[in-house]
This record gives sequence, structure tokens and C-alpha cells, in this order.
Amino acid sequence: MSEQTAAAAIDIRATSKIYGVNRATGVVALDEVSLVIEDNEFFTLLGPSGCGKTTLLRLIAGFEQPSQGEILLFGEHLEGLPPFKRPVNTVFQHYALFPHMTVAENISFGLEMLGKKADEIAATVSEVLALVQMEQLADRKTNQLSGGQQQRVALARALAPRPKVLLLDEPLSALDFKLRKEMQVELKRLQNETGITFIFVTHDQEEALTMSDRVAVMRDGLILQVGKPRDIYDHPARRFVADFIGDINILKGKLLSKDGAEASVELDAGYQGKASLPESSENLAEDISIAIRPEQLSLVDDSTAASFSGSIREISYFGSGSDYEVTLSTGEVVTLRLQNRSDVNHAHQVGDRVYLLVAVGSMQILAD
Amino acid sequence: MPAQSTTHTLLSASVVAEEKRQRHKRFSLLAPGILTIFCIGIMPLSIVLIYSVLEPGDYGGVSWVLSFDAYVQLLFEEDIFDETLTFTTSFLQIFLRSIGLGLFTTIACLLIGFPTAYFIATQPVKRRNVWLFLITIPFWTNLLIRTYAMLLILRDQGVVNLSLIKIGLIDKAIPILYTDFAVGLGLVYAYLPFMVLPIYASLEKLDFRLVEASYDLYATRFKVLKRIIIPLAKPGIAAGCILVLIPSLGAFITPAILGGGKSLMIGNLISLQFGQARNWPFGSAIALVLMVIVMLSLLTYLRSSARKGLTHD
Repeated sequence: MSEQTAAAAIDIRATSKIYGVNRATGVVALDEVSLVIEDNEFFTLLGPSGCGKTTLLRLIAGFEQPSQGEILLFGEHLEGLPPFKRPVNTVFQHYALFPHMTVAENISFGLEMLGKKADEIAATVSEVLALVQMEQLADRKTNQLSGGQQQRVALARALAPRPKVLLLDEPLSALDFKLRKEMQVELKRLQNETGITFIFVTHDQEEALTMSDRVAVMRDGLILQVGKPRDIYDHPARRFVADFIGDINILKGKLLSKDGAEASVELDAGYQGKASLPESSENLAEDISIAIRPEQLSLVDDSTAASFSGSIREISYFGSGSDYEVTLSTGEVVTLRLQNRSDVNHAHQVGDRVYLLVAVGSMQILAD
Repeated sequence: MPAQSTTHTLLSASVVAEEKRQRHKRFSLLAPGILTIFCIGIMPLSIVLIYSVLEPGDYGGVSWVLSFDAYVQLLFEEDIFDETLTFTTSFLQIFLRSIGLGLFTTIACLLIGFPTAYFIATQPVKRRNVWLFLITIPFWTNLLIRTYAMLLILRDQGVVNLSLIKIGLIDKAIPILYTDFAVGLGLVYAYLPFMVLPIYASLEKLDFRLVEASYDLYATRFKVLKRIIIPLAKPGIAAGCILVLIPSLGAFITPAILGGGKSLMIGNLISLQFGQARNWPFGSAIALVLMVIVMLSLLTYLRSSARKGLTHD
């Protein structure tokens, strides 16, 4: 074992995956990624398709070998181990349930392959079936199940051998909206109950924020930012992260002075205030991009209290709230999001002149 | 009242006419299929069935006298002088030899064909068609010609023996030609594509993510093959086995040329009855018995796989 007392569940060290002969002519799917995932963590790899998140998962599962770098599982090197020798299981995007077996046979497959005794297998199968609430369907063929049920069987099958780490490759993407919401809660509960480290891959930022303990945002084979959902949402380090997660306004401004983790900035739209600095702020030029979430903006009645003003370009209603697109004096357009409450009268029309207020501590300077 | 009943009769008359029209339409649409099945399926079989219960004509053909001698002949020998019947195994042996050779051919084709089909199915899509094309090339030449080519390869002065002598493995030619082995080899060569193609068809549909999933669930390569790939390719394997076993049971060109007529197969026996032996009823009887054996074994297979719930929908 390793010298550490509490080794990380997964320790990825400067790992690259290049498809093709070399870096110059091939496709770089992962570019010297380093990442530590702690034990008992619900960790999400988030990014658009082609960002390398699935490749990273497949490297951990052992379906692919890294071109360089190494991956450790609880302090032990995984190099050269085929998938069937890694104590790691995967829930596949399209479930990959064995069509010629029943639900129970699917779940017991991994246990049989591990050479467990028949009575032990039976006990574990009924235990995980109860865990995913599928007891009554044990003898069904998998093609007689609905999407959500197949999803549960896939989960049960991967959990039955008690893996040290469970890998989930966009498992919810094939489900409809309501079922997806249900399964999000379900997954979180399963992770809590089993205490197994979950590594979840998704391109759905909302899913990532709802379920994860920590999120890594990826693009083009690189990890751009790792952190708790709230940190990533409130303090996106880079323009891409800010853009990818939630809605955001990005305004041009000038850097006046730095003070620890904060800086004084002036927006081109004519507002001075404090903004959070990104992690690596050394290379910031004088011209900067400043991000403000739509819900951090509000409308005020008089111009003296306002941060800046503009005219309403468009109002889009979406039930619980409305988005107001406001054109500023600089020509920039910002979106602000207001709750539709019956005690507040939003009698604004397109073309109205409005005064906007930026909430304190909501401005974030972005690195490119 | 009368007016109403008239309309009623008219109505029911038109309904009857409509039904009649529908029935005619259905029948005329089915007619080509029924005609085809009748002409190439039922009629020839009926002729064989009728011939098998007649007496052989003196110069070939049949004479129209009802007789079950042909079937009796299969198992019993008639004494020339006192017409007593004694049990004989000579034809039974031919049946057994043919079935044995047929099974050998099927198993050999399966052992060679499955890995071949798997190889092709795991190639990139573009290259698969090239491989399939190569598999079908032998079909372009007549089986007779190909079998003669095998003869040239296997004979004492053939490529195999000459090269074995050249590299010094043997001193003088080993007789390969005119053995059961040569017949088996010829049959495997002739029917291998019939095994490869259906297995390829089912492997090509196989979701290789299932293979990945089973690797992930601690299955070794052998276990993946046994528990996932083979069960899922079963329809193709069954189809391939049927397509190889049935024609190899009745094959007569290959045993005739590569077996040198030394060991008689069912196919040769049948063709003999319609040729030199001029015993058409006996030939028909053998053909029918072979057919019944094949059908019974197929039915048994289908029954057992249905019971195991292996029918794929």
C-alpha cells in the first residue's frame, strides 16, 4: 500500500491521451490532466461533447490506456490492469444491459465473475434490487423495462460488486425531464447510502450543480476549474466556465487596483466597484472582462442609487420569472432576471429607460 | 315495410359481394407465392414420395405398381433364391458415415468460421465489405471446378505433398487424396462461407458496448466469449450450422471426386440409384429418409431452444 494513511480515491497525474501517432498529427483528447478525487465524493466531470470527460472516465475504467501519465486508485497504480481486474464499475450511457439475461441475472453477472458463492450472490442481488427499488421486477427480461427501470438495473448491476469507485457516463441523458430529476435525487441518495466514490460525467451544468460535491469543468482535453458547485457558479475563473455554467453577463471594464483576492474595477458602462479576482491574476491586462449573473442585477427607481442605466430591448417571460434584456449606453446588452411576484409590479415595457443596481460582491473578473 | 326489406336485402347482397371481392383479391395477391411453393416445393417432393412407393422399371424409371420394397431394402437384404429377409447394416453405415462427416464438416466450419466472422465484424465498416467480398469470391466458380482444384492440391504430386517433401518433413508422398479426410476438407472448403455469413450477420448486429460492460464486470476474455458473445450470436451460429450440415449430408460431387468413390456417402448412393443402379424408388426412399432425419433433428433443436427461452424477438 502507499505511504499515505488516507489515499485519494483517484489520483490522476499529468495524464494525456492522444489518438494517433503523436501529438502533432493525432488528436489530443486529454492534455496532461492532473486531478485528485477524494474518497466518498460525488465528483462530476462537466463539459461540452469532445472535451475529454468520457476519455478520462474510460482511462479510469481501463478501456483505454493513457499515452502518458499515471492513474492511482487508492494509492495503487492501475497501469496495465485490464478492466476486469480493476475494482471499478461503470454505468454506461446506454446502460448496456445484457439482453439475453433477466434483471437478476444481469445484476449477478459481476458477482459470478468474481467467483462469489451462490447464496452470497443471491443475498447481494436482493439487497441491491431493494436499494434501487426494483425487487418486483427481478425476473423480467431487460427489454421489457422502461428507460427509467433500465437505468436502475444498470445502477444496481454496477453497484452489486461493491466497487471502490463507480463511474457514471452520462447515465441520465436518455431519460425525459421528470425522470431525470427523480434519478438525480436517487443517485445522490445512493451515493450517501453506499459511501462509494461516484465519478459522474455530464454535459448538463444544472445536473452537475445539483448533485455534485465537487465539479471539474473541462474543455479541449483540459480541466479549466475544479471546485464546489457554488464556487464554480459564483466565481468562475475563466470566460468559458462562466459562459458554460448558467447564464451570465460579461461586460468590458478596466482594472484600477488589486487588493488581495479583490480588485477595484470600473465598468465601461460607468460603474466603479469591487470585483473578485480569478485564481491566476498576474497576467491580467488593464482591459478586463467582468461577469455578473442575471439574478445579481435588480431594477431601482431613481438614478442616484443605480449602478448604470439602459433601455429595455426585450422581455421574456418564463413563468417563475422574467428576463429583461437591457441595452446600456456602451451598446452592451445585459440580461437581468426578476422573480414574478404578485406583490411587485413590473409595469415595464420594451423601450422604457430603466436603472440597474449590481448586488455587492457579485462581480467576478474573468481570465480568458 | 316492403321497401325497407328490399333495401335490407340489397345491403346484405352488397356486403356479400364485397366479401367475395375481398376474398378474390386476397387469393390473387397470394397466387404467385402459392404457385411458386407448389411448383418448386410441393410438386417435386410429391413426385419423390410417389416414386418411393413404386417398383423400379426394368430400364430406369418406375413401373406403376405399389410396393414398399424400397424402404424395406434400406434395412434388410433379400435373399436371391428364397426371398427371405436378413437384417443388413450396409446402408445404415453409409447413413452414419455421412452424418459423421456432416457433423465433422459443421464443427470444423464453426471452429474456422466463427473467428473469421468475428474478425470481419470487428473491422472498420469500410473494410468489412472488402472481407465479405473476398469470402464470396469462391462462389464465382463452379463447385465442380473448385473441387478438381482441391484434387490437384491434395494428390500425391500436388502442392501439399511436394512442398512437404521439399522442406524435408516427409520422404515420400503421404496419401491425402481419396481419404475421408480429403472429403471432409473438401466439404469444409465448399461450405465455409455458409457458416461465416450468417454468423457475421449476427455478430455485426452485436452491441460491442455489451462486451465492454462485461469486461467492466470482471469477466475475462474467455468468459466474455462464453457468456456474452456466443449466446448473442446464437441465431447466426444455428443458421450457419443448419446451412452447412444439410447440404454436406447430401453432398455428392465432393465425395465422388475427393473420396474417389471408395467410401459411399448418401449423396453418392442416391445419385447411383438414379444412374447406374436404375432403382429410382430406392433413390427416392433414401432421399426422403434423409429429409425426415434432418427435419426431426431441426424440430428437436427448435423445441429445446424454445423451452430455454432463447427465441429472439
